[in-house]
Amino acid sequence: MTLAVVGYYEEWWIQVLKAIVIFAVGLQLVPLVLLAERKLLGRFQARYGPNRVGPFGALQPLADIVKLLTKEQFRPSTATGFLFALAPIVSIVTAVVAFSIIPFGNVQNIFGTPVGLYGVDVSIGPLYLFAFGAVAFYGIMLGGWASGSKYSFLGAMRGAAQLISYEVSQGLALLGVIFTAGTLSLTGIVEAQQGMWYIVPQFFGFLVFLVAGFAETNRAPFDLTEADAELVGGYNTEYGGGRFASYYFAEYLNVLVVSGVVTTVFLGGWLLPFGLHPPGWVDPFVVLFKMGLMTFLFIWVRATLPRPRYDQLMSFGWKILLPLATVNALVTAVLVVVTH
Amino acid sequence: MSWDPGKDVIEVVRAPAPGAARSTYRAFRETVRGLKTTFGRMLEKPVTVQYPEEKTPVYPRFRGRHKLHRFEDTPDNGGQAGLEKCVGCSLCAAACPADCIRVVAAENTPEHRVSAGERYAEVYEINLSRCIFCGYCEIACPFDAITMGHDYELSDYTREDLIFTKEMLLAEPLERTPLRKEGE
Repeated sequence: MTLAVVGYYEEWWIQVLKAIVIFAVGLQLVPLVLLAERKLLGRFQARYGPNRVGPFGALQPLADIVKLLTKEQFRPSTATGFLFALAPIVSIVTAVVAFSIIPFGNVQNIFGTPVGLYGVDVSIGPLYLFAFGAVAFYGIMLGGWASGSKYSFLGAMRGAAQLISYEVSQGLALLGVIFTAGTLSLTGIVEAQQGMWYIVPQFFGFLVFLVAGFAETNRAPFDLTEADAELVGGYNTEYGGGRFASYYFAEYLNVLVVSGVVTTVFLGGWLLPFGLHPPGWVDPFVVLFKMGLMTFLFIWVRATLPRPRYDQLMSFGWKILLPLATVNALVTAVLVVVTH
Repeated sequence: MSWDPGKDVIEVVRAPAPGAARSTYRAFRETVRGLKTTFGRMLEKPVTVQYPEEKTPVYPRFRGRHKLHRFEDTPDNGGQAGLEKCVGCSLCAAACPADCIRVVAAENTPEHRVSAGERYAEVYEINLSRCIFCGYCEIACPFDAITMGHDYELSDYTREDLIFTKEMLLAEPLERTPLRKEGE
């Protein structure tokens, strides 16, 4: 029995090359998102944001990274050493792995060699994402628990509860798309959006997925795992230096991953509206542009909404989001059966 | 038997208005309104004053670093700077609530005439790390010899450097702070 089928196979050296390219592009995007976030947050609050390091503050992320990496790798005496060091690695690895299945374009001929512009095209795309999304929470939970600090522990507990509450709705929100597209492959889902992006027929699915995506990435307004006001820094209270940098990095990479998934699943991936069919090399830029828009939305929401109370988070997840996602999936299922 | 509060009870409604659909819609509407508000802020010009390059302008009556004054000109001192207005009366020191002014007076002689009065301030020091910039010295002075200037950039590396002597207070100050214009 095979667990998953991979849609398109290349030579091993192309796979290695692709891995390096995607890794490089993904990793260069993170400092850009970091800078964009700080600049935009400043603008949203009628101030400039960082503008001292380099032209227009462009070197600020570099300064941040250098600062973090030259700091002491502090570890509290109550921490569980091995797990404490492992947790940020889990976070960052799952984020990078999830990034690998976001398609930036279909199979293209590059110098006569057909290459798919994605890491792998697995036939279980969304399931793969949810699997690694769930593993990513181990990074937070282990980090919080292994720190041996009450703030970290509380942050980790909140993270666990939040994961259970919101991943259900997220999965159900995607079900509607999967029913309509009839495939679990992300490139297949994009191809199925020729003519109409799924944001239109699956608008409620889009909303639910977006809200659950905010919760999944632990971003404001669902950053209860961090909650700097009451939990100091939540799961990463005791982290410093490079390990904190890993958590920080993973958070922004997760923002990119969720942006990429929303782009792929609801915004038509590399497809353009009005029947435009540009040459293949434009596709990655279309995807990047849409991802940029989604990232802007992430930052915009962070600048706007306050953090809900913990019980509000729970009741919102179970009483509003879950019924909405279920009804959306049910209605879509009925419609798909009726129309086919 | 428990006390019956009667009509004094005020019921506070904390939950959203009943009706799930309406309250969900209301929450959604308010969220969108919030997003609109922040987006509007983004399109505006930031209100930041980029401090070391741009300085907050001050009002004419702003009480900054003190200045000691001389008369504009005095006929018989051979083209030198005018006589000091300060006569060493120590009223400023008496008025100072922070006790940061120290005045030691000395007699003027015909050969050594520093001020227009009988005496002059041989030592005049203001400890600016103590000064609270209340302006009482300026009010107490009978000759308008001391006034408050506009300079607010008064940081230094040691406490000793913040004790301003008479020479420093008499010297023409660097005009580092812009004056607020009409209607600004």
